[in-house]
Amino acid sequence: MAGIPVEHGLFLAGILFGLGLIGVLVRRNVIFMLLSIEVMLNAAGLAFIVAGAQWGQVDGQVMFVFILAVAAAEVAVGLAMVLQLYSRFKTLDSDAASQLRG
Amino acid sequence: MLALLWLIPTLPLAGFLILALAGARLPRPVIAGVGVGSVGLAALVTVLVGAGFISAPPAGEAYTQILWTWLDVGGFRPQIAFYLDPLALVMILVVTFVGFLIHLYSTEYMIDDPGYSRFFAAMNLFVASMLVLVLADNLLLLYLGWEGVGLCSYLLIGFWYTEPANVRAARKAFIVTRVGDTAMAIGLFLLFASLGTLQIQEMMEAASEQWAVGSAPAIAAAALLLGGAVGKSGQLPLQTWLPDAMAGPTPVSALIHAATMVTAGVYLIARTYIIFSLAPTVLTIVAVIGAVTLLMAGFSALVQTDIKRTLAYSTISQIGYMFLALGVGAWTAAIFHFMTHAFFKALLFLAAGVVILALHHEQDMFKMGGLRRQLPVTFWSFLLGAASLAALPLVTAGFYSKDFILYEVFISEGSLWLWLAGIVGAIITAIYAFRMVFLTFFGEANHHLDHRPGLPMKLPLVVLAVLSIIGGFVELPATLGGLHLFSDFMEGAFGPPAETTGPAIRTELLLQIASVIAALGGVYIAYLFYRQRPALAGQLANSTLGRPLHRLWFIGWGFDWLYDRLFVRPYYGLAQANKDDLIDLLPRGIARLNQALYYGLSRTQTGNIRLYALAIALGAVITIGLVVLL
Repeated sequence: MAGIPVEHGLFLAGILFGLGLIGVLVRRNVIFMLLSIEVMLNAAGLAFIVAGAQWGQVDGQVMFVFILAVAAAEVAVGLAMVLQLYSRFKTLDSDAASQLRG
Repeated sequence: MLALLWLIPTLPLAGFLILALAGARLPRPVIAGVGVGSVGLAALVTVLVGAGFISAPPAGEAYTQILWTWLDVGGFRPQIAFYLDPLALVMILVVTFVGFLIHLYSTEYMIDDPGYSRFFAAMNLFVASMLVLVLADNLLLLYLGWEGVGLCSYLLIGFWYTEPANVRAARKAFIVTRVGDTAMAIGLFLLFASLGTLQIQEMMEAASEQWAVGSAPAIAAAALLLGGAVGKSGQLPLQTWLPDAMAGPTPVSALIHAATMVTAGVYLIARTYIIFSLAPTVLTIVAVIGAVTLLMAGFSALVQTDIKRTLAYSTISQIGYMFLALGVGAWTAAIFHFMTHAFFKALLFLAAGVVILALHHEQDMFKMGGLRRQLPVTFWSFLLGAASLAALPLVTAGFYSKDFILYEVFISEGSLWLWLAGIVGAIITAIYAFRMVFLTFFGEANHHLDHRPGLPMKLPLVVLAVLSIIGGFVELPATLGGLHLFSDFMEGAFGPPAETTGPAIRTELLLQIASVIAALGGVYIAYLFYRQRPALAGQLANSTLGRPLHRLWFIGWGFDWLYDRLFVRPYYGLAQANKDDLIDLLPRGIARLNQALYYGLSRTQTGNIRLYALAIALGAVITIGLVVLL
């Protein structure tokens, strides 16, 4: 582990986060948006791991376990909502579900 | 005996409370009993107190009765306290006695009125307020009475409130006097700020110690007090409300708008005479206001057709005489004329009330006439009242008081013009006084009388007629024996008169002859115009010069027209322009701004989840960027 500088890990986490964000913003398909969110969560988890390794602390890995749990819960709820969305609008396009506009 | 002083205003106040709270349920005789009885008892107590005061004068010619401390704020400690000195004693005697007679008269005059108890309640409250006004020991209590009489005046002018004109007249009286009252209130603030007290006697001492003659604060204070006096007493330029005030029932006109309330201004100036002595400029203004008012109101009285309006203008004119006397420092003469005027003017109003009631509420003098034989008691008492008003020599009270004023005006420095105004006013007074007599009581008699006066109406007429004659014999000029009961008595209030080397007795005699000629000449002119050659008056009124002058005098020199253009209409215009309330623009603007923000922000709620995500991301980037950069 000592061979990889901390900047590289953080840089990778940043790129992954950016890719995930772009995915959320540009994809209309709700499933893909959920996937992108998973990417962003994992980017955050990676940043924690890298930071924990840097400081020699276990906290970073603890946080990653938390994030995994949150991600699992999020996917469970998210997929349930996707099913609801599909049964109501017959599409997975998120732009179609814009009835809450002011 | 003097300790009973507090009862005098309390009795009418109690009468008011009974009538106001339970009056609607009481039968008429009880209402009359309470209304008249309370004032009658007050008059009796006044006699007792007066007897005690005269037989054993208290130290310093004044008696103060402190009831309780009204309030105590900072250094300001006005008390509910009554101050009795010769000036106050004369005032309360006149107020309670004339008030009692007028109340007695009203029991018959108002008998058919549905507002019987309301009438007596307001009249009792008026008497109580007037007594508080004249007995007040400090100017704040005086102001309470001052506003109290103003309120009662408003209530009673608008007594028959179903008629819009009456309500307008009441409102006009209230608003116009309020102009003067505001000046007076500011005067009180000024006096308290610079002298530290409103207790009248302390204030007078402090003023004469601290203020030099003619110094700015003295002039300001005197001018502001004068504003209040002018408003209340119907003097130029605030006189316009008084003729309209005749919309009220006739006893009200007699009590409030002739005998008592309108002379409150005279009382105020006499009460604070030291402040006025310290401001000679203002005193000159008082004299000029008096002289001009007495002439202008006199000319207006000459051409009125309504008997009550004639009497109203006559009241303004006679109060002008009192102001003239005050203006030359003749305080005693002013109060003397106040007293005789209260007798004969109340008498004239009450007699006019009999006539009006007898002729189905007809007030136009040209539709009267010939009532001499039908209403003999009324005729004789009206004649005596008119004689006193016209100041017929030797026998009438009005002669002595008016002559006293004219004499004082003449011997004061540089006042020949004022004296001339007074003597011309005397001629005019005699003309309009006897014009009323001739038009009302002489000529063709062709009336069916609606109502013949009973004892409650006749008795006050007779008593007041007697007082209009003998009321003057307490003060005789040097040429007629030189009796000075009244002015000696008044020394207790105004101090001994300044030692003046008055003109020789011959001059005084000449002055008296002049006023005798004025009075008799006026009566003759009235006789000529309205008895001997009635067509002459009409011809004069229709001549090229006469017609516009007649019109001008008839409308009271056009003051109503002027004020209408100058104040009333601009005010209405302003109110119209401000109908939507300019001040509201600010709060309403805030509401508008919020609304616009709301509409703007609600635009961003597109319901598109990806836009929200973008906004969150951008917000995070900006926030982090700010944290990093700063």
